[in-house]
Amino acid sequence: MVKTDFGPPKYLDMMSDLCKRNYGKWKYHEVLDTGTLVHVAESGEKLYTVRAATPRLMHVDTLRAFCDLADKYCGGFFRFTSRHSIEFLVEDEANIEPLKAELHAMGYTPGGVGNTISNMLHTQGWIHCHTPAIDASGIVKSVMDEVFEYYKEAKLPARLRLALACCLNMCGAVHCSDVAIVGVHRVPPKVDDEKISKMCEIPNVVAACPTRAIRPEPAKKSVVVNEERCMYCGNCYTMCPAMPIFDPKNDGAAIFVGGKVSDARHPAMFSKLAVPYIPNEPPRWPTLVKTVRLLIDVYAKDAKEGERYGEWINRIGWEKFFKVTGLPFTDKHIDDYIFSVPTFRSTATFKW
Amino acid sequence: MPELRKTPMLDQLLDGPFPSFVKEIKKGAEKNDACNDLLGQLELSYEEKITHWKHGGIVGVTGYGGGVIGRYSDVPDKFPGLTEFHTMRINQPAGWFYKTDRLRKLLDIWEKRGSGLTNFHGATGDIILLGTHTDQLQAVTDDLAREGWDLGGSGSDLRTPSACVGPGRCEWACIDTLDIVDTLTRRYQNELHRPMWPYKFKIKIAGCANDGVASKARADFSIIGTWKDNIQINRTEVVNYVNAGFDIIGQVVDKCPTKCISYNPVTKSLSIDNSNCVRCHNCINKMPKALRQGKITGATILIGGHAPILQSAFMSWVIVPFMEMKPPYDEVSELLEKIWEWWDENGKMRERVGELIYRLGMRSFLQATGLPAVPQMVLHPRTNPFYFWSKEEVNQ
Repeated sequence: MVKTDFGPPKYLDMMSDLCKRNYGKWKYHEVLDTGTLVHVAESGEKLYTVRAATPRLMHVDTLRAFCDLADKYCGGFFRFTSRHSIEFLVEDEANIEPLKAELHAMGYTPGGVGNTISNMLHTQGWIHCHTPAIDASGIVKSVMDEVFEYYKEAKLPARLRLALACCLNMCGAVHCSDVAIVGVHRVPPKVDDEKISKMCEIPNVVAACPTRAIRPEPAKKSVVVNEERCMYCGNCYTMCPAMPIFDPKNDGAAIFVGGKVSDARHPAMFSKLAVPYIPNEPPRWPTLVKTVRLLIDVYAKDAKEGERYGEWINRIGWEKFFKVTGLPFTDKHIDDYIFSVPTFRSTATFKW
Repeated sequence: MPELRKTPMLDQLLDGPFPSFVKEIKKGAEKNDACNDLLGQLELSYEEKITHWKHGGIVGVTGYGGGVIGRYSDVPDKFPGLTEFHTMRINQPAGWFYKTDRLRKLLDIWEKRGSGLTNFHGATGDIILLGTHTDQLQAVTDDLAREGWDLGGSGSDLRTPSACVGPGRCEWACIDTLDIVDTLTRRYQNELHRPMWPYKFKIKIAGCANDGVASKARADFSIIGTWKDNIQINRTEVVNYVNAGFDIIGQVVDKCPTKCISYNPVTKSLSIDNSNCVRCHNCINKMPKALRQGKITGATILIGGHAPILQSAFMSWVIVPFMEMKPPYDEVSELLEKIWEWWDENGKMRERVGELIYRLGMRSFLQATGLPAVPQMVLHPRTNPFYFWSKEEVNQ
């Protein structure tokens, strides 16, 4: 019997002597370029970080190639960020450029440090999930290809966090990102009475609906959906596989903007709806990519230095946001869910 | 080895400057039938605009109630390699630090017994191993255990806790994020590996207000580093920033949310009214060489964060304005255990702790945990007169 419940490898076993020597005794850091940081310790020792975005989904051979680079240039040590980027922890400054050159040759461009788009946080999509309304990796690839200049060069007023969730479950901090793509459904689930009677716990399915759109149908040992009340969250499908909510003709993506998690300057903010729906257009989702590009370009041009996306919108106002982006404002943008009323404007002070 | 699947749509995602996930799956497909079938099934999803994964299915390994997620293709006849293609979650080292010799062993095991495809990392923080057969799950778990890698959480349990890089490589770590996450993870192995609660529970630990692990947005229990005393000013470095052309008025003084910073251009000196500082961290972010956090450090504890499912997104809110975070972190454990007990007792199926507090009120939560009500918990007091009194509080 092999042991259980012993926990993860100890982090100190994964850390270089330099990191251990200066643990908790870092003094300051500087951004050297969009792919490189230096952290200086109280002791005067320096640690250089070379960051590069990965596609998150990686074959073991790619990770082995990263290991080879770390063995060659970093004494065998690297780390990952919370946004799927790899960080090589370099002690000898002379190793930075050769490491970057080899990373580049592998197809990994260093970037994402400072006022850039860092890597795009995302979920599984059609590769490995049973509830997505959109793919994840394909959209991330298409968007990042389009906005790559903002990843490589520090051309933005502040950092910009992109994220994607392939359904409303929103794995990842999509709801607090500067620009977020979310997979949405637009039609109610299809009820398979026969399967429901065999596979699902009716009370749990009924209780799963946040708008009370589902009621039991005892005669059929099934349920009925009041389609007028359904807002397609898919929570019933999570509880009951016999209520699929997919519809290739209607599933697609929404875009939310202006969220952040840091409390710097302005407290953390939720992302808010900018675009209610863009259809799925694999393999490169041109409309969605074009819209994200527009949202970033307008911000890059209009915001003041140091302003995150949401801070920029707070300054200019949402009415002006829709004007400068040219995006239509619709009834979908006005909240009609649980906490809607405080989002209505109770003042006559606004911009034309 | 069968011929590589034809994937004209996916092939359009091979080009471009951002690294291609299709290239990664193709690397696998050259050696592994399941990866080849994954290419085929994904191409089908691209053609039909729909997922081809079935809804769940329970799989597991001996001694664990979670950590493995069943995944089955809904078109197994077309893609037999995906008949069973389960996910495994492996608990990452704190701060996602890796030493190559240790990681290579994990990679070798996964190539031998699974698809060879991974995620570094999943949204919660685990190493994700994508795709293996039911009959390999125990062997992968055992092989990994021999090399010191254990499973992470899944289902209605404590999900794998995660933390920012912290004191491992950051001067802004007000608390030892790595030691805290490591200690709590080891202490709560039973809660992590055996689902027994109403729903999932996430703990995330950030060293400062920048919240690099999005703990407020993503964790039911957020531990965020902060300090109590004065920001330390290095006057020489302030002058250096100004002389180098840094816009100290525009980026620091004007951006201060409480306007507690002033700058004298004649003397090139910066002063901070610390009694009005809310420790948002902007000034320190902008001038890391000149400004440092105070020396009396600890954490603010917040509760209730989660994504919009189901009643709308909640951002964690303050329940303990300041907690000293000294090893062995018993104070935080006592609080956690009280919260779990109350939530376990009162929570409905699939009700996150924040939603339970919304349903029963902060009053119930404070009674259960013994925490005092303090103004730091709210943005402002309520605006309605509809509040409860207990029998003990009124004249009988």
